[in-house]
This record gives sequence, C-alpha cells and structure tokens, in this order.
Amino acid sequence: MTKLTMTVNGRSVSGEVEGRTLLSTFLRENLGLTGTHVGCDTSQCGACTVHVNGLAVKSCTMFAQEAAGADVATIEGQAAADGTLNRIQQAFQDYHGLQCGFCTPGMVMAAAALLKDTPKPTEAEVRHHLEGNICRCTGYHNIVRAIMAASGQDVAPVAAE
Amino acid sequence: MYNFDFEQPANIEEAVAALKDEDALALSGGQTLIPSMKQRLNAPTKLVSLTAIDALKGVCPDGGQIAIGAATTHATVAAEATDYPALAALAGGIGDPAVRNRGTIGGSLANNDPAACYPAAVLASGATVVTNAREIAADAFFDGMFTTALQEGEIITDVRFPIPEKASYQKFEQPASRFALTGVFVAKYRDGVRVAVTGASEDGVMRWAEAEAALGTTFSAAALDDLSVSADGLIHDLHGTPAYRANLIKVLAQRAVEAAL
Repeated sequence: MTKLTMTVNGRSVSGEVEGRTLLSTFLRENLGLTGTHVGCDTSQCGACTVHVNGLAVKSCTMFAQEAAGADVATIEGQAAADGTLNRIQQAFQDYHGLQCGFCTPGMVMAAAALLKDTPKPTEAEVRHHLEGNICRCTGYHNIVRAIMAASGQDVAPVAAE
Repeated sequence: MYNFDFEQPANIEEAVAALKDEDALALSGGQTLIPSMKQRLNAPTKLVSLTAIDALKGVCPDGGQIAIGAATTHATVAAEATDYPALAALAGGIGDPAVRNRGTIGGSLANNDPAACYPAAVLASGATVVTNAREIAADAFFDGMFTTALQEGEIITDVRFPIPEKASYQKFEQPASRFALTGVFVAKYRDGVRVAVTGASEDGVMRWAEAEAALGTTFSAAALDDLSVSADGLIHDLHGTPAYRANLIKVLAQRAVEAAL
C-alpha cells in the first residue's frame, strides 16, 4: 500500500492505495464520493468522468496514483456549499436532461469541460463532445438542450434530429 | 485486475532502469492497457508510468518537420500540431474527449492496434520513431498486429514527422469503439505520395503501393478509379467482411485525396 495525497473539490485528501486502485475506486471507496458512477468499467460510457487538473478524464481508466498531487473535481463539488446547483446542473433539472440519472454525473462533468473551452457551442459541437458519454434513457435530446441552455443560448422547444 | 507495483520515474534513465525487471510494463495514457489489465489480458508485476517525464511531452515544429514527444496526449496534438493540420485532425478524432486527454501518441504506436489511427499517420508520413536507444524508420517499425520493432524495455521518446505538401486522413469509424473500421492516410511530398491503411489488414497498418504510384503521377481521386484492392488478408469480423474493407480502402483513399486538394 502506498500513501496518496491529492486535492478533491478543493480539499486536500489522502489515503492508502494499491497499485491497481483506480481513481474511481479511490473516490468512491476511500473518500465515499459515490456521485462518480462506474457504468461500464471499460472507458466506453463516461459515467465516471471527473476533471483532473482541469481536464475531463474517465476515472475508471486512470490509476489513483497517477492523480497523486493533482487537482481533482467531481460532481460533488459542482453545487455551491449551500446546495445551490450550478448552471449546468440547474439546466439539467429545468430541461429534464435526465431520467434514471445514472449517466448524469458524467454528463455534467463532460458538459463543464466543454463549456470551459467553448462557452457558446453549437448543437453539433455538443453532440460531438458527448461521444464518450452514453445515456440509455433520454435519447440525448434533452441533455443537449440543457447544455445549450446552460451556455446561455436559446433552445428550441423541440430538439432537432 | 491483479495487483502490481506502481512506479513513476521523473526521467527517461530511471524509466529505462525500472523497466529492466521481468514482467515490468511501461504505462503511458493507459487507455488501452488499463482495460486490457482489467480483462487480465495483461498482468504486469510492475507498471512504470511515463507521463510524469516532462522530456517526453510537447509538440515542436522544426523547419520542415514536427517532433512530438511520446507522452503527448491526443488532445495536445490536436490543439498544437497546427503545422501539420491532417495530423492534428487525426488526433482530434481519436476516441472521445476524455480518452484524448489521457491517451498518448507513443502509447498508441507501441501498442500498434490494427485499427488505431496514429500508425497510419506515421507510415504515410515516413516518420521516424525515436527511442531511448535508436531511431527507427516508419517502414521498419510496424511488424504485424500488436507487434513493433521495439525491444523489451525500449521506450519511444518522440516521433518526427516530415510535413507534407498536402495530406488528409479519412476514417470510417466503428461507432461503438470509435476505432477505425478502416482508415486511410494520404500524404503528398515533393518526391512522392504515400498511402497508409489502418483497420483493414490482418497484418496491421500497411501501405497501398499501387495507389502511391498512381497518385505520384496524377494527384487526383480519379487517378484511383481503375484500381482495386484485393480482399486477401483483410480483417473479417462482425463489423465488415474483407470485401467490404477492400472497397472502403479505395473509397476512403479517394476521399482523402479530395480532402487534401
């Protein structure tokens, strides 16, 4: 076991890990941050998406020790301390961008990464950016609408095909 | 997955030394290696992470060529390889955004997946793969599916691409894996045209010599009209037959020429 320290959602945390401990495992089991979901565990579905040093990564496909000393952001750090949702989370609620909610943490983190680099994406850019995030309920339309709305753009009452 | 010792050296010399252990493996972005370890297709006793070595990172244009550090991520190449737009576009089309933030060019080349994108760029560009020990020409580097000229413990340090006059990579994407069902990279240099095909051959990435000769005479999509690709030795899987891939090679090569013009 190796002692590991990193910053998660602005707080310095540490724990004992094995070589094989995945970042997703460290977040969920060592830190109890179970908002990061593990869907496929094969880096296909994106439910485990978190930010490491500002970049979206699949936390099931990165070892915890690779994030030693890094600045990690998870879904738990997205809302304000008083529980006020951030603009992306609020848009997902307003535009019904989720059904079962399993993929939602990854969708929100992926969207946050997109809007950081591309504040006003086109609908095509949003759909392209979400290639690595799979949702089995919504058919994506409302997720795309929510992200467009979160970027401050008008959204069509009915999403385009 | 089975447990292993994790090491993260700060320089190439330490990494080479750490890789001398039996059953030690180099870890770059891990986007292929980690899933394969979960499936126990790989079970190293030690992983040597290369991504903390700054000397292995960066995109460096230098006269008529561009050198890319082996541990440079696909996202960085997509953003910074502006001197070679077809290469930047290829990097920006690998996997998905989160995969591109981790996966690296050196990892992709060392793995030599038969459907990976980078081997097509390296072979079509006649690039040089530089390791801690030597320089390897692209034509001598790829040695069949998942096999390369790399020796045990040898580390790719950077890849040097001569910048072509015109180039394009066209990928017919397998939508679930986002690997190339077939992909064709066409690069036109002053002294000739090189055409590399990924995702099609059972021997991994390959050149299409007849197309190179035809395009060397006339660089137009029509120059390939009378050519056909043999289906012998092409991959057969549930996504496509050898004949389907043979047709894709020609179609994508013509699209690549059109896009390059």
